[in-house]
Amino acid sequence: MTESRILPSGKTRIESLEMRGITKRFPGVLASDHVNFDVKTGEVHALLGENGAGKSTLMKILYGLYRPDEGEVLLDDKPVTISSPNDSINLGIGMIHQHFMLVPTLTVAENVALGLPSSRGVLTDLDHVSKRIVDLAKIYGLKIDPDAYVWQLSVGQQQRVEIIKALYRGASLLILDEPTAVLTPQEVDELFTIMNQMVRDGHALIFISHKLHEVVEISHRVTVLRDGRKIGTRPTSETTKQDLANWMVGREVGFIPDRGTQNMGEVRLSLDTIKCGSDRGTPGLRGVSFDVCSGEILGIAGVSGNGQRELAEAITGLRRVTSGKVYLEGQDITNLAPGDITDRMLSYIPEERMRDGMIKEFTIAENMVLREHHKQPYSRNGFLNLRGIAAHTDKLIQQFQVKTPSRDTHAKNLSGGNIQKVVLAREISRNPRVILAAQPTRGLDIGATEYVREQLIEQRNKGAAVMLVSEDLDEILALSDRIAVIYEGQVMDIVPREIATPQMLGLLMAGVHPEEGARVVK
Amino acid sequence: MRSRLNSLFDALLPVIATLAALAVGAVMLLLLKVNPIEAYAALWDGAFGSSNALAETLVKATPLLLVALGICISFRGDVINIGGEGQMIIGAVLATWVGLTFVGLPGWLVITLALFSGFLGGAVWGGIPGILKAYFNVNEILSTVMMNAIAVQLMNFLLRGPMIDPSQAQLASKIPQTARLLDIFHLPRLAPTRLHLGALIAVMLAILVYILLWRTVLGYRIRAVGQNPNASRYAGIKVPRYVVLALLLSGAFAGLAGAVQVYGVNYRMITDGSASGFTGSAGFNGIVAALFGQLHPLWSIPASILFGALLVGANTMQRAVQVPSALITVLNGLVVVFVVSSEIWRRRRQHRRLASAKEEESSTKQDQPQAQTEEAKQ
Repeated sequence: MTESRILPSGKTRIESLEMRGITKRFPGVLASDHVNFDVKTGEVHALLGENGAGKSTLMKILYGLYRPDEGEVLLDDKPVTISSPNDSINLGIGMIHQHFMLVPTLTVAENVALGLPSSRGVLTDLDHVSKRIVDLAKIYGLKIDPDAYVWQLSVGQQQRVEIIKALYRGASLLILDEPTAVLTPQEVDELFTIMNQMVRDGHALIFISHKLHEVVEISHRVTVLRDGRKIGTRPTSETTKQDLANWMVGREVGFIPDRGTQNMGEVRLSLDTIKCGSDRGTPGLRGVSFDVCSGEILGIAGVSGNGQRELAEAITGLRRVTSGKVYLEGQDITNLAPGDITDRMLSYIPEERMRDGMIKEFTIAENMVLREHHKQPYSRNGFLNLRGIAAHTDKLIQQFQVKTPSRDTHAKNLSGGNIQKVVLAREISRNPRVILAAQPTRGLDIGATEYVREQLIEQRNKGAAVMLVSEDLDEILALSDRIAVIYEGQVMDIVPREIATPQMLGLLMAGVHPEEGARVVK
Repeated sequence: MRSRLNSLFDALLPVIATLAALAVGAVMLLLLKVNPIEAYAALWDGAFGSSNALAETLVKATPLLLVALGICISFRGDVINIGGEGQMIIGAVLATWVGLTFVGLPGWLVITLALFSGFLGGAVWGGIPGILKAYFNVNEILSTVMMNAIAVQLMNFLLRGPMIDPSQAQLASKIPQTARLLDIFHLPRLAPTRLHLGALIAVMLAILVYILLWRTVLGYRIRAVGQNPNASRYAGIKVPRYVVLALLLSGAFAGLAGAVQVYGVNYRMITDGSASGFTGSAGFNGIVAALFGQLHPLWSIPASILFGALLVGANTMQRAVQVPSALITVLNGLVVVFVVSSEIWRRRRQHRRLASAKEEESSTKQDQPQAQTEEAKQ
């Protein structure tokens, strides 16, 4: 090693970090079982695994949020104790959380300075901070204005602020927790450019993801965890996506579910220049029109916060439509009460399933009949028919493979995947004419994700009209027959899946028509 | 194992809180140079020592239980009804009016009509804050308290003017009270004590409220709205309607408590100018009884009896060991404060436990069956 041991940020670099035999037990669960993990200067080491595989536990131990029951952490071959995030920051370890820890009403510089002592005692030293941010931004090629307010920044820019924050605090080793989950494909490319630059400068990066193609693209080595155990570490160049997926799940995985043949039928759901507000009082939808037909899945792609939530709520009657019309099987259902729309056999799998789709303090059985509790055979003359509810619940628990001790278990005690199965079971078992599925696989592991997707395709094949809202482009591409891209409350374009490419959708998601984009590039 | 201990602890928490309150009370008694053992023995004797004592305890427990049943409904619907006092008064006034007006009708009919109108009066007095909350977003804690003040003044006005006992109207003293109800209109006694039919009605209603909450569509919806208004709306439930119904039913039970108090105990309405002069603060103590009973209608029965016993026994204690009457109020207050605080503490503990369980779950294998059963036990 001829290059200096000093990073461009002026901090001494971490040559190597090693976690040895890390074990962490939670009541009833071994979250981390003698896991070894290491990362060296100048590399991106990807940490891959399903939800609950132990990735977060391992990184929380490294960042000082958890104490391991066994095992040790060695920094440059010397054992260190990390008992709080402060310790890890002092050692040069930084973490970019999946959910940004920024104050939207403060400027970039103020956010960076937040929580740090000022060089001027009680007075602020924001001019020093700003200058340092500009320096760091120049060194690492991060375009950022220290005086911009965070609420003005795009998600990708906010992420750069998080990176600057970590660098400002002297991070040499960075943990990036699913950093691409919220980004457009273009923003992902920019992030990868920054990451490559940092690696060249001698930083060590840990990249947590479950998106295989990204792992393959950016990382030098990859470690796969499953059920709290390490399955193995390999140079990325010696693996394939298929190998990694099989490692992760422990069995063969079919990537794109078999969609079967399509029998497109009549128009079931039709939107005619729908407009509505958002929670912030700004326009949420600005004239959205499209049809969803029997036997098709219409994918709604877009970066979060571009009107997807408002769209689903406007259709289901949960949000007031200010102009335009919604038709369900030719009948005007605009601004009907949610119950009336539900009764016309429209099912809705809501984005925030714990908030909107479930009552945590209710039992599985009570949740299963949330929509139909007032109808026979679940109730009669205003009295609940507990036997009918129980029989229905037991049938669905079995049919949808819900893992629960009993039907009388409270919903709050189920895991995310099983909660979604309950919602899915409830919504699908009604034999709906139209299904709205909003982010149906978000936060689910591969097994549950596959299951949910198969169910949606089965419904489509049975002739239901399915509208799938998702921020996951892979999911949109895998399931949809047609893809509508939503941007700032408007549909940019609707394209058949056969001609859609991630690049094209990415541009549309960023509000650029592909032809225009081409022109801009020229 | 730990989770089982936790749930046992939670179930016993109100009892522990009561004992703690009595322990603090004991310190006060010591400061007053009174032997606390002697004092508490007198309390026990006064509440349960004889059939008469027991009957008195149950008589006191009856309005508490009726109010508590209403509280079970409203709190389950996440509506805080602090208006029990006012609702009791309005129910009582309406029921009294029925008894003084329809003097020619048979006793059973007037009693039925009177109890029903008490129910109705309370429903109106609870329904108004319900509508204000559901459709105008007015905080129900404030509005129900204000409705209490209005009810008291209305009672004072009626008992001094339109409804005053005709014999008092001719006297110079003009005691603000109504005429006495005819003997045939009194609720039947159950034993050669003051125990009356109202106690039995209250227990039967407790069973009915249990059925209402867990066996009917209405109860299902009230609980759904109370637990998660978002999901209820999503499910097609008209949330505001059930907010109104929860407060309305809650008020109705308090109104019934007022009617039962007049027809079973006082046989007339009389006011000292305050609400508690008529209600004996049952509108507030009923809330405590309901919380003590974990907002469960059937558990509210023993809870109400406990508070009835405290009220009756305290009087005996006061006479036996010569403590100032204020101390009795203090003792009651202590129990209320300890029980309510323990309930808040229990909820926080539960929240923390849930949060940490979630935390563990999110960082461990999600579909681990043992983990689920472990949590399910909680």
